[in-house]
Amino acid sequence: MEQLTWTGTLGPVLNPLIMAAAAVFALGVVAQFLLSLVPSGNVRVGSMLAQNKGPADYAGMAVKYSFGVILLAIIAFMVGGILLPGPEAKGIIGAMSARLLPVWVGMIVIFAASIMYKRKLGLYGKLFDSPIGMVGFALVLFWVLTALFADMIVTHDPLSQIAAMKNKVPGTPMPADTEGYGWYLLGGDNLARDVFSRMIAGSTIVMQIAPLATLFAFMVGITLGLPAGYYGGALDTFLSFLANLILAFPVILLFYLLVTPEIVETGLPSYMAAVLFLFPIVFLVVLFNSRYYVQPAKQRLFVGGTILIGGYLYLSMISQPGTPLHFFPDGLDLFNIPGGILIVFVSVVFVNSPTVFRIVRGLALDIQTRDYVAAAQTRGEGPWYIMLWEILPNARGPLIVDFCLRIGYTTILLGTLGFFGLGLPPESPDWGSTINDGRKLLSIYPHPAIAPALALMSLVLGLNLLADGLREESLKD
Amino acid sequence: MGLFILRRFGVMLLTALCLTFVVFFLTNLYPNLEKLAKTQGNFRMTDAEVTSYLEKNGYLQPMVVKYGEWLGVVPSFRHTNEDGSVQGRCISPGVSPEDAPRFCGVLQGDWGFSTVFKDDVGAIVSTRLSLTGKLMFWVLMLMVPAALIVGVLAGMKEGSKLDRTLSTFSIISTATPEYVSGVILITVFASSVTGLKWFKGTATSAAENATFENFFLPVLTIALYGMGYIARMTRASMTEVMTAQYIRTARLKGVAFSNIVMKHALRNALIAPFTVIMLQFPWLLNGVVIVETLFNYKGFGWTLVQAAGNNDIELLLACSVVAVFVVLVTQLISDIGYVFLNPRIRIS
Repeated sequence: MEQLTWTGTLGPVLNPLIMAAAAVFALGVVAQFLLSLVPSGNVRVGSMLAQNKGPADYAGMAVKYSFGVILLAIIAFMVGGILLPGPEAKGIIGAMSARLLPVWVGMIVIFAASIMYKRKLGLYGKLFDSPIGMVGFALVLFWVLTALFADMIVTHDPLSQIAAMKNKVPGTPMPADTEGYGWYLLGGDNLARDVFSRMIAGSTIVMQIAPLATLFAFMVGITLGLPAGYYGGALDTFLSFLANLILAFPVILLFYLLVTPEIVETGLPSYMAAVLFLFPIVFLVVLFNSRYYVQPAKQRLFVGGTILIGGYLYLSMISQPGTPLHFFPDGLDLFNIPGGILIVFVSVVFVNSPTVFRIVRGLALDIQTRDYVAAAQTRGEGPWYIMLWEILPNARGPLIVDFCLRIGYTTILLGTLGFFGLGLPPESPDWGSTINDGRKLLSIYPHPAIAPALALMSLVLGLNLLADGLREESLKD
Repeated sequence: MGLFILRRFGVMLLTALCLTFVVFFLTNLYPNLEKLAKTQGNFRMTDAEVTSYLEKNGYLQPMVVKYGEWLGVVPSFRHTNEDGSVQGRCISPGVSPEDAPRFCGVLQGDWGFSTVFKDDVGAIVSTRLSLTGKLMFWVLMLMVPAALIVGVLAGMKEGSKLDRTLSTFSIISTATPEYVSGVILITVFASSVTGLKWFKGTATSAAENATFENFFLPVLTIALYGMGYIARMTRASMTEVMTAQYIRTARLKGVAFSNIVMKHALRNALIAPFTVIMLQFPWLLNGVVIVETLFNYKGFGWTLVQAAGNNDIELLLACSVVAVFVVLVTQLISDIGYVFLNPRIRIS
């Protein structure tokens, strides 16, 4: 077995093409930038003002076409990777693309279906009218699907070490006598583990924690922010003071104070989890109760159901062996979250909720002056009905946008935790820990750190673009 | 205005007290004290020895009393040993107990003693802070002008190609946290893989002698992450100003576009970014911690990590006081500055 090249058999044909296109692209961008500083020449044609095609326009065309060529060549590598036989012919990019086949299929199916029915899909459908939103959605969808299909994609076990592969460059073949996939596609790290598989496995961890933690932070922020904005007064002053208190903490100091093993020993994160996880249940109970208090049958069904199911999940979630809160008998306990993940989850929720609180409070302050709130008050609706069924639905636009941005921010926070080696076990394949592992040998073997760094960046970028697209589309009507 | 500042000042003081108490509480939990005793004594201490060590050094008093001592409003702890000698927090070696002051807390200017660096906390923090100040200065010198230029250029003509290019750049820069951009920058400019080696991958030597070669990468890494956000805010503010009536009037009068931007728009467009830049400081502080760890630059952020990692209680408290102070003062300045810069608020 031979060392893989990056581009395989297609390389000699397409590489020069890409190089040329990239050069044209770079020149075009610079030219365009410089020319845009000078106003373009307008020409009078009779009584009309016509615009000649100036040098800026030609530069623009060059940029557009060269970018198209680069894009097509990259797609050719990926399709070629799936079609060509054998990893030597595929090259590293092609082989990775072949491993990611389930993701490509999923993306194509979802995109085709969404574009076909986009007029019926509300805000989500409108996303497919904005190119920025589509790019962002594609990036996010890529990582969501990668996290889902991670078990099919990985080439090796993310924790297994093969001594001969220590710090090997991307595309190195495995020693002859080993079984399984024959190459380390993105090389080996300093403990001789497969960088590609660790990056893919890391996406699962991020996708497990980041969206859910953001959702919990939103529940906390909404449950506290709505009354603070709606009632105002002493409650508002007190809650705002608390929120500012948490926000004034440098995040890293807070993490160091909450996540060290000594603090975990005192059970503080478990108590915080017990408090924070209560909020979603409170939120749902109040939500249903305020809506259905005039329909006792439905009220009983929804409120009772929430308390029963939510309460059971809550109890089995906070009851963890090895912490002070271990009261649930093992037979009844549905699941145990691994200790590290729970602590990371709690601290990320804790850091995020005050910002959400401030946003929700601001929105509630603004919306409660509207006429429909006054109308509801005149109708004699209760305060919680007004907050949750009048104010909250009308604040959804900014909240959805912020939700996307905040998942990205949470991803960054998770990476920060990993970077300082806090919370998750050191061998965990999450992106932050992997970057932390790789940074010690960065100037000699950068590949173990670069792969997760680019992965994290692309996910956060996708979320930011998605939020931008959503904001643009939600402002249009 | 005076009352406003006074009230903000009061809230600030209260916040600082609450925050330091939280830090104090968390660092003084028993498992942390046990670890401290074992690192100070030896790792094979029995539980009884740990207790007696903590007893002798006054760590077993009620939390509030200890906090008062640290603050300097409660007479500090003294312990009489079996041989009759007296030891305590305020009694430095070589001074007799009678001469030593009764109060020695932050209010008296005594920040305590660092168990990791074996030095006076006040001295450590001030030297480290000056190093970080140097870093921050260059970060601001790079970040603020660059961000403002990018934002103003992008906001001049909304929707133009220039706007789209620069906006994409700002989005990418906000999506790249320091530990990602730092890794990428080191790989490209300082590793043997690309062979460029234009800069150094560590900034340890920059502490004494900062040169372009060893200091540019850390500065750029911090500046990049903060830049995108400020640029986007500047752009938003600029596009808003550019659609205002007085700009249209100026254009219809026939004022040159460059003059409109420089003389009419810029001044009003820069009010909002000022607040944003000020509120960006707490984030910069985070960036400083990450970058100083990544580039091994032994400044304030690096010290904070060392103190937190080794539960060096007094150093950690001093660090958090500084951090909280920075956050609160920048908030105060941004509020006052906003009022001062905005004529609509200033005159009413």
